[in-house]
Amino acid sequence: MHPILKLVAQRVALGILLLFAASILIFAGTSILPGDVAQQILGQSATPEALENLRRELGLNEPPVSRYFSWLGGVLQGDLGTALTNGRDIAESLGSRLSNTLFLAFWAAVISVPLAIFLGLLAVRYKDRWPDKLISAVTLTTISIPEFMIGYILVYWVSIQLGWFPSVAILNDSMSLGQKLNAIAIPVMVLTLVVLAHMMRMTRAAILNVMQSAYIETAELKGMPMLKIIRKHAFPNAIAPIVNVVMINLAYLVVGVVVVEVVFAYPGMGQYLVDHVAKRDIPVVQACGLIFAAVYIGLNLVADIVSILANPRLRHPK
Amino acid sequence: MTDPLLKVRGLKIGATIYPPGEKARDIEIVHGVDFDLAPGKVLGLIGESGAGKSTIGLASMAYGRGGVEITGGSVEVNGRDILQSGIRDVRRLRGAEVTYVSQSAAASFNPAKKIMEQVTEAAILQGKFGRKDAEARAVELFAKLGLPDPENIGQRYPHQVSGGQLQRCMTALALCPEPDLVVFDEPTTALDVTTQIDVLAAIKDAIRDTGVAALYITHDLAVVAQVSDHIMVLRMGEMVEYGTVDQIINSPQEEYTQALVSVRSIDHEEKQPTTNPVLKVEGITARYKGTSFDVLKNINVELYPGQTLAVVGESGSGKSTLARVITGLLPPSAGKITFDGRELTPDLPTRPLEDLRELQMIYQMADTAMNPRQTVGTIIGRPLEFYFGLKGAEKQKRIQELLDEIELGTGFQDRYPAELSGGQKQRVCIARALAAKPKLIICDEVTSALDPLVADGILKLLLNLQKIEDVAYLFITHDLATVRAISDSIAVMYQGEVVRYGPKSQVMSPPFDDYTDLLLSSVPEMKLGWLEEVLASRKMESAGN
Amino acid sequence: MRIPVAALIGLFFTSLFFLMAIFAPLIAPYGMAEVVGDVWEPPSDQFMLGTDNIGRDLLSRMIYGGQTTIFIATAATALSFITGSVLGFFAAVSGGWIDQAISRFVDLIMSIPSLIFALVVLSVMPTTVTILVVLMGLLDSTRVFRLARAVAVDITVMDYVEAARLRGEKTAWIIFREILPNALSPLVAEMGLRFIFAVLFVSTLSFLGLGVQPPQADWGGIVKENKEGINYGIAAALYPAYAIAVLCISINLVADWVLNRTTSLKGGRG
Repeated sequence: MHPILKLVAQRVALGILLLFAASILIFAGTSILPGDVAQQILGQSATPEALENLRRELGLNEPPVSRYFSWLGGVLQGDLGTALTNGRDIAESLGSRLSNTLFLAFWAAVISVPLAIFLGLLAVRYKDRWPDKLISAVTLTTISIPEFMIGYILVYWVSIQLGWFPSVAILNDSMSLGQKLNAIAIPVMVLTLVVLAHMMRMTRAAILNVMQSAYIETAELKGMPMLKIIRKHAFPNAIAPIVNVVMINLAYLVVGVVVVEVVFAYPGMGQYLVDHVAKRDIPVVQACGLIFAAVYIGLNLVADIVSILANPRLRHPK
Repeated sequence: MTDPLLKVRGLKIGATIYPPGEKARDIEIVHGVDFDLAPGKVLGLIGESGAGKSTIGLASMAYGRGGVEITGGSVEVNGRDILQSGIRDVRRLRGAEVTYVSQSAAASFNPAKKIMEQVTEAAILQGKFGRKDAEARAVELFAKLGLPDPENIGQRYPHQVSGGQLQRCMTALALCPEPDLVVFDEPTTALDVTTQIDVLAAIKDAIRDTGVAALYITHDLAVVAQVSDHIMVLRMGEMVEYGTVDQIINSPQEEYTQALVSVRSIDHEEKQPTTNPVLKVEGITARYKGTSFDVLKNINVELYPGQTLAVVGESGSGKSTLARVITGLLPPSAGKITFDGRELTPDLPTRPLEDLRELQMIYQMADTAMNPRQTVGTIIGRPLEFYFGLKGAEKQKRIQELLDEIELGTGFQDRYPAELSGGQKQRVCIARALAAKPKLIICDEVTSALDPLVADGILKLLLNLQKIEDVAYLFITHDLATVRAISDSIAVMYQGEVVRYGPKSQVMSPPFDDYTDLLLSSVPEMKLGWLEEVLASRKMESAGN
Repeated sequence: MRIPVAALIGLFFTSLFFLMAIFAPLIAPYGMAEVVGDVWEPPSDQFMLGTDNIGRDLLSRMIYGGQTTIFIATAATALSFITGSVLGFFAAVSGGWIDQAISRFVDLIMSIPSLIFALVVLSVMPTTVTILVVLMGLLDSTRVFRLARAVAVDITVMDYVEAARLRGEKTAWIIFREILPNALSPLVAEMGLRFIFAVLFVSTLSFLGLGVQPPQADWGGIVKENKEGINYGIAAALYPAYAIAVLCISINLVADWVLNRTTSLKGGRG
């Protein structure tokens, strides 16, 4: 078997292993930490019977290992459990919320990725001159402010003062695509600003790294014009690092979505999770935590695999 | 009288430097250089690092690497001053009339593209040949340069061929577009000694066959003497001397040139073995953890007090591993080492302090051998504190004595390694080793990273110190010329075994085993026609076999 | 020693904020939870930044909030730094299976995004300051671990470390006299970045209602309390944003300077 396939298979296996380990960690995080869980949920004034009932319902009296496996078994069959607060099936509630979150993340990605690559190229082209320094300064500012604050700043200026877009992002199925896009305009702007900063810096570094390689000089000494050099020599070697950067930042986007959804009361998974953390609804927290972790691990896995596949030394072994 | 192909007048080149803690400054690194190059001739540019040879070579293509700018003068190629031409004309010149072979082919090839594509790229781009013709020409060149499987080697990727082969591919790349001038920038410096000579011969043949003119840049005078018609000696951006190869090698006029020519011709009277060796290595076999083959196989050598045993070999021969075993960093799987009459424990942590003190080591790269945050005084003073408990004024006095011994005067104690030159750094490392008053110093390629004149200085210093301090050296090197200069006995290593061992006079005289023969004949000598002699004798041998 | 302008600005504002945090009770014009005026009064002579959603002086809330935010971030950074560096050095110097085991474990923790992990844990733990500091400190120590280990490994393979070993120096001496002085500059720069991250993180958690609890002030909490005002054009919720931005940018500038200054000691390659 081609050695590269072996490497990729190993990496995928490692990813799956990691996911399992993460699920254990999430489960442990909610079940094994000190403090009586039932007490936390019901508060100080709970009666002993209520506490005992809750414990039985949550299965807290069973040993942790068997609890974990029954939970895991359910998850693998698509059953994410039932919410404590309203008794509804979690998988059902998540369905539409997950697609809302993905909708938001998708549009943020579609705008930020090309923009980041373009700005990265620009920064390299005018390295150390004013466009580069300006871009650096702006990105430095955006990574120094938490997302939710960027959200409110944008709401204040764009929505309230200028009235261009709504300040809350309510979605429902009856809306057209255009109406939906209008609703999520500011949240997408916020997400874009946050991810753009990191992505652009990393893209700049990746492109710079390639442009400073000796084989670029060789091409110059062959009399090749710069644009052609970038197309023929730089680009093929830069694709992999750039895809890597994009994947890593998309993983980062997953986390940013959570906060943005809260700011804009957006009916997605992020808001669902945060609400239920406050209500201490453990099954929901476990399910959402697991899904977010899976997406994060998955995206990082894709980044690694792209790096492996793009390495010519691995593609064409000696 | 034909017009010169390349006519350089008053060439001035500047660069921007960034000294620590100060603002960036512009300085001049080449101060007005003149020379001509006739078609079909080879001009060797020789000098130490920082002389400006690469910079001048690249300037003949109107190129400045990394912040370097041509600030004055003229460079005429085929009658046109390329410094006055627009970028379009310069691009037409590069890759068509003037091409470049870099020092490191491995870095200069795009790892994601096949070799053939890159070799023919310039020729096709500049419209010299169509694809089919360019590829046919490339295959021809591969064959001429002695590459294996010339028909198919172009289909490989750069990382799939060896360093020496890739260097030849780069030469093919430079010759493919039928240029008028090729700039060879230290093409064999990064290669093993035995590979160097093959590549050198291949380049020389190719130059002669294609009738191309060449600038051959190197710091090794012996190498440049084999391929050039004329030589220009450079120092700190200025020309020191210019003449035919015969003039420069056999009757150099300037002092600097004379010093370069007489490099490594130090002579050293061989000492005879005495009775008690200071180091006795018996049956040492070793392997790295987790590997399945022996890196050292049954090594037996002896070293006598106050003498030098040179351990010679190329990369992979095991010579550095032998040093690691002796110092206890790599415990051997068999054999024993006796030092000054007592057996050394195989493992470093179990050795008594006295053993550690009497056995010292000096490294190849003085940059990484010293802690950049410690002053020279601290570096030399630590062994004095650690082994002898010296403190205060007594310690200072001893530090200054050592600084005098290594020929650095006063005022060095408070300097940091970054402020010293290459030669000075190595001297401080020598002083650090001497501070422990050792009986044996292992010198691991201590002159390999230095310019030839600086290396000479270090060798002379080491010989001197040996006389004064009566210390023995285990001198590890790949450079046979150094071996001749410094050793009393020699051990030649090849693939983990000692293939030849004995007093210098014995080892260096025939009859030779195959490997030693190959090694000895691969070291360029400062004499015209040496390359042809060696190649001829090799042909005779293989014909005779 | 000439300090570049950017670093000077950074140092100035950083010190300003830290001094404000230390001397908060002396500087703040009113108490942290004192109701002194009407809801959302505009800035005036009495209240420099106006009042908040209950009528407390916004400037005082900001100053006390700064104290809380900076204190928690400092404590968390100290914890993450010490834990991460010690473990990182230890792993690098030990090598072998110890190194592998610790590294794999750290990889595992890092495979879950910090915010998600924090949310999961906070769903069962009470949100006290101690828990916040410990949680943030341990989560962030993973990043410090990676850096400390990488830096230590780079240094350990240097010849001068081997030279010290050959001399017979003890491990402690090697760590403190050979490795540490060379590892300091990248680590100190990283400490600045970790601090910034801690400030952003604790603000985010407070904003989500899972960090510092009212009536204690903290910049993230102040945004949460005043966010309704945005819809009426009241900018109260934006002040913490400006404060955090200035603080974080300043620290970034200082960290950059530290990194540049100490690399140049090694030989000024710009």
